[in-house]
Amino acid sequence: MNVLRKTLDNIKKPFEKGQKLEKFAPAINAFDTFLFVPNHTTKKGAHIRDAVDLKRTMVTVIIALLPALIYGIYNTGYQYYVQIGSSFTFIDAFIHGSWKIIPMIIVSYVVGLSIEFGFAVFRGHEVNEGYLVTGLLIPMIMPVDIPLWMVGLSTAFAVLIAKEAFGGTGMNILNPALTARAFAFFAYPTYMSGNKVWVSEAGNVDAISGETILGSLAAGGDVNYSMIEMFQGAIPGSIGETSTLWIAVGALILILTGVGSWRIITGGILGAAVMGLLFNLWGANALMSFSWINHLVVGGFAFGIVFMATDPVSAAQTNKGKWVYGILVGIFCIMIRVFNPAYPEGVMLAILLMNVFAPTIDHYVVNGNVKKRKKRWAVAQELKTV
Amino acid sequence: MEIIKGIQTQRGANLNIKGRAEKILDNTITSSTYALNPDDFFGIVPKLLVKEGQSVKKGDPVFYSKNNPRIKIVSPVAGNLKVIQRGPKRKIEQIVIEASEKQESSIHDVKGWEELDREEIKTLLLDSGNWPFIHQRPYGIVAIPEETPKAIFVTTINTAPLQADFEFILEKNKENFQVGINVLNKLVDQSVFLGIERLSSNVFKKIENVQHYSISGPHPAGNLSLHIQKISPLNMGDKIWTVNSEDVANLGSFLSSGEFSPKRTLAIAGNAVKSPRYYKSMIGAELGPIIKEAGITESSVRVINGDVLSGSLSSISGYVGYFNNLITVIPEGNIYRMFGWLPFKDNKILSLSNTSLSRLFNKKGYEVNTNLNGEERALVVTGEMEKLFPFDIFPMQLIKACMIDDIEKMEALGIYEVVPEDFGLIDYSNTSKLEAQETIRQGIELMINEVG
Repeated sequence: MNVLRKTLDNIKKPFEKGQKLEKFAPAINAFDTFLFVPNHTTKKGAHIRDAVDLKRTMVTVIIALLPALIYGIYNTGYQYYVQIGSSFTFIDAFIHGSWKIIPMIIVSYVVGLSIEFGFAVFRGHEVNEGYLVTGLLIPMIMPVDIPLWMVGLSTAFAVLIAKEAFGGTGMNILNPALTARAFAFFAYPTYMSGNKVWVSEAGNVDAISGETILGSLAAGGDVNYSMIEMFQGAIPGSIGETSTLWIAVGALILILTGVGSWRIITGGILGAAVMGLLFNLWGANALMSFSWINHLVVGGFAFGIVFMATDPVSAAQTNKGKWVYGILVGIFCIMIRVFNPAYPEGVMLAILLMNVFAPTIDHYVVNGNVKKRKKRWAVAQELKTV
Repeated sequence: MEIIKGIQTQRGANLNIKGRAEKILDNTITSSTYALNPDDFFGIVPKLLVKEGQSVKKGDPVFYSKNNPRIKIVSPVAGNLKVIQRGPKRKIEQIVIEASEKQESSIHDVKGWEELDREEIKTLLLDSGNWPFIHQRPYGIVAIPEETPKAIFVTTINTAPLQADFEFILEKNKENFQVGINVLNKLVDQSVFLGIERLSSNVFKKIENVQHYSISGPHPAGNLSLHIQKISPLNMGDKIWTVNSEDVANLGSFLSSGEFSPKRTLAIAGNAVKSPRYYKSMIGAELGPIIKEAGITESSVRVINGDVLSGSLSSISGYVGYFNNLITVIPEGNIYRMFGWLPFKDNKILSLSNTSLSRLFNKKGYEVNTNLNGEERALVVTGEMEKLFPFDIFPMQLIKACMIDDIEKMEALGIYEVVPEDFGLIDYSNTSKLEAQETIRQGIELMINEVG
């Protein structure tokens, strides 16, 4: 370890204060702090600090994403082989999935991190770890056959417009990963919706019907999958979103480590369940009569509420606000699904909409506290004058 | 005795650090020099009354407050003013006094002080240099003598990590403590409130002329801001005064003898101390001899005047602060940790986060050091501050209001009800390594300058 440390210190010399490459220090520091937690000591404020830092928090989210990602890779191959009707092994499916998905992850990280590093150097701050999560989320919410350049372009749009334009990590209003998806969705609708994009090679091989469950319901079709299949995720859909089972494992990791807000997740499930139930009672079309419990396991709802709605920067920040925010995400998700035939999936728009309203929710929660204080003051004034 | 209110809190955390001071009181260790640090008096701009080389008696004023010349800070010892250390912009950082062989004190006439009226008492305390013992909320500054507080709060409980036990410190000084309480009663129309531990605290139960209240719960349950908010909340324009418990006894001692009493019983604690225990000492005494006596186990240590969360940085060659009963010594932490950011790695580091198993493995206490355990980042994680903040205040929103100097918002969100040390745990636990106490301190400074 000491040898490595010394080598790193030598490499870092030209980047030190007053040296030639000082400006590029954030870039080299990002790699250095990835290997070693630095030896910085407290300068002001509390003299001791918790072991947790932003890197650890973000890495925890990545760990929580891994089960859904691994299943997503497998499911990509599984859907392909099942639909073309050839026999296959687990390894075959996994290799097919990896062949499709790993390039997407690489593109997303390379494009996003380059922009992040550029801004860090330009603005003179350290590289924030937030993109480590965003960069993995973007491929996971895309259809598998989307061209790589679209992934790159959407990523660039999201990082530049949704994040850096607002001041970088911690300042953004919209969730960057969802912004990337929304950009691709509206810019290239033929690659992002319809019934030919959700299964690998569906566009090229006629035998493959790549319809999602929500898509076929919106078109008035039937559901050919059992509840168990839907829950474990052996259905077509965006890469990471299909398996409610493995998403639940991720949710458990997030909640137990305290990294994801259990209030938002619980609120979201409650909101969606109640809304689904109400629509079940109404039952005017296929999506309305689709059982509320099925609504919770199909489509991107589970993935969205666990991994996207809980993004602490774009969600509501007060505890009460998180409840309201979560419940409304759930309600709007189901409402958009049912009422808008053009977008059979509602979770993306529901979360983006609530991202915009999160500061308003917080405003009213905080205002309650402010009013209480003002009232106390008014009462004290009255007592004084009496 | 009747307890008027029992306060119980849940939100917060007790940091179980190794090296709590044993209840053994060692004798005074002589100190050849003493020092006053004007930074100990938040909000006071010092104006010197003595020059280098001049001799002072114990209790002679050394400097006064520029904004209120009645507030004087006096010398804790008789001797010669050795040196005035200045920092950037000629800011006075330390006034060092060399103790002389012969100790002389300036004596004030305190006979029959019970008969004096409020203004006369104030003048007596101001002239004798006892006034700075009295602090004022909002802001946590030295009390403004022209004001009348709606209540005075004294607490004998401190929940900060490794904190000194006031019952142990004051059990032999009950009489002076009672006299001190009596004089505080002269300064206030309503009540003097005394916070005691719910279970024990026999020493303080017998104190008269106070309204007792009890507190229990994790840190910051012992912080006066919380007691004030629960018992007599500060509204805009209100003033509340507070006095540290040993300073109440110092006030009492002064009114019994007429001589300024700079007594400080110090707990030397922390996981770098060989035999953590209590020492009799004085305000401004040298820290070196005391720490040497207690012994340190590491070569590179951080010496803190106060607790690990809110104390001020000192060194082995430093001096005892004006208000703290605790000296914490912990190892410095300038070490690298390979892949230290992995969750559930390095569980020996004290952590309140569930991304570490440290709470499972360190039941007997933690070895802490000063490593930042990461780097400063943008504020991302939400909800973690609220868990440690028992006040009826939105901590993150208040910190953000302070960051953008929005006075109206700070006022609305409760800046009057807090002092920086209430944010100590937030400093410690924050994922983004935010300097919350520093931000709040700057916010309070802005309030003092703009609103007053």
